[in-house]
Amino acid sequence: MSQATLEIRAISGHTGSVPGAGVKRELEVCKLIDTTTCIGCKACEVACLEWNGLTFSETTFNNSYQTMPETAWNYWNLIKFNEHERDDGSLMLLMRKDQCMHCEEPGCLAACPADGAIVQYTNGIVDFQQDRCIGCGYCMTGCPFNIPKFSPKARKVFKCTLCADRVTQGLEPACIKSCPTGCLHFGTKAEMKELAENRAAQLREHSGFASAGVYDPSGVGGTHVIYVLHDATNPEAYGGLRKDPRIPWTVRLWKSPLKWIGNLALIGGLVGIFAHYMLFGPKIVKEDEEKPRQGEKQP
Amino acid sequence: MSESHLLPDGRILRYTFRERIVHWIAGASYVYLLLTGLAFWSPWLFWLAVALGGGTVSRELHPWAGLIWMVAVLIMCRMWGSELKGSPADKAWWSGIRHYVRNEDDEMPLVGRFNPGQKLLFWGFFWCGILLLLSGLILWFPSSIPWSLRFLRYFAVIVHPVAALLTIGLLMIHVYMGTAAERGAFGSMIRGSVSRAWARELHRIWFDQIVGGGSARK
Repeated sequence: MSQATLEIRAISGHTGSVPGAGVKRELEVCKLIDTTTCIGCKACEVACLEWNGLTFSETTFNNSYQTMPETAWNYWNLIKFNEHERDDGSLMLLMRKDQCMHCEEPGCLAACPADGAIVQYTNGIVDFQQDRCIGCGYCMTGCPFNIPKFSPKARKVFKCTLCADRVTQGLEPACIKSCPTGCLHFGTKAEMKELAENRAAQLREHSGFASAGVYDPSGVGGTHVIYVLHDATNPEAYGGLRKDPRIPWTVRLWKSPLKWIGNLALIGGLVGIFAHYMLFGPKIVKEDEEKPRQGEKQP
Repeated sequence: MSESHLLPDGRILRYTFRERIVHWIAGASYVYLLLTGLAFWSPWLFWLAVALGGGTVSRELHPWAGLIWMVAVLIMCRMWGSELKGSPADKAWWSGIRHYVRNEDDEMPLVGRFNPGQKLLFWGFFWCGILLLLSGLILWFPSSIPWSLRFLRYFAVIVHPVAALLTIGLLMIHVYMGTAAERGAFGSMIRGSVSRAWARELHRIWFDQIVGGGSARK
């Protein structure tokens, strides 16, 4: 972001080359979540609340270790716990940290009608500007991951910011900082992708997870939060992570062809009406054809 | 259909005070819905929402205006439903629609209180209104639609603008006919009355019912 402009070009009284000169800065950030090393401690949930100034809300017990059924307007980071039976009958407890995926092609942004309420930064972060948000909730319909949540009190929509405030200051997001196992990583998209692929290969070759892989769904242009999964062929097992998330086709239809067809129809209608008036003019009833007679009024 | 439709000044009462009030409640709420709806429709028109008190206010009030409009339309349905029923004779009117468009009204079949075009207009508004209400309720409370029923939201975001665009088309025709094209129509919705000639030329069957059928001859 703005840090790119603070790259050093020249240094006074300095011998040798300028550090970093000629190096192309990687601007796109990425969060990597390795579900295979997550222990479900929920430190990331707490760190998220703390950094973002959110108070701990009521939990919902549903025979699982999960804090609540889904993320909330004031609970942006939630580990989803799923018991999964494998083909050989053994049981796995799958734990996946759920939050905004920061899509390269964000459905929330496509659906939003309010000027400047959702911005996507060059670094890939998709952030909501609540002062511009009108609370319509269209972002909730545009999002393929069920992330934006409406606050009945504020009448606005909230979600994970990927700690944009920390990232602009060169810090990692709060959840990353709190992770005790190192299953959360933060860096450039290219670095994280490489790290994730290496880990997936390791899982395939040495840990017996033949279909381990990286989740970086292309249907939304890739995401700035990626997962390493034990079984990349079945992301649904991880608390409903969608296999091929896309912006809903009705949202795309509404925002693109319908908009143009509709605008043309509106303008065409106005032109047509004006043309009709110029060609045919008004219907004018000649009043003198039959004068009202006094006798007819009183029967 | 009664003597009370014949006014002392020789004019004919076309819309009662109650009918006019209901019409203008629908009209005013529709204009608000149109302006705020267009603001949400296109970024180029978002200034409409700003001019009307801001996007948040527009989003809060749009659904309420929608309810008011829908109630007015339902009352109209009760008031005018029987006179707006289609009839086999409407076919002949539609097949001669080009004469109507060219203001050759002498060529048109005689019509009652509402001509088939007006009937279509009303039922167009009515059915689009039903679609707008159903999709609008979903858009009003998106948080109440669980993720498993998200197809309802997907359906609503496309049905709502399509139905709204259809009503805008109807509204254009309605406003044009009611103000510029059919002189006397606008006054009838303000003061309630039309001239005898107006009623006779444009709604002969209705005119005959009021003056007692005897004047069916020209």
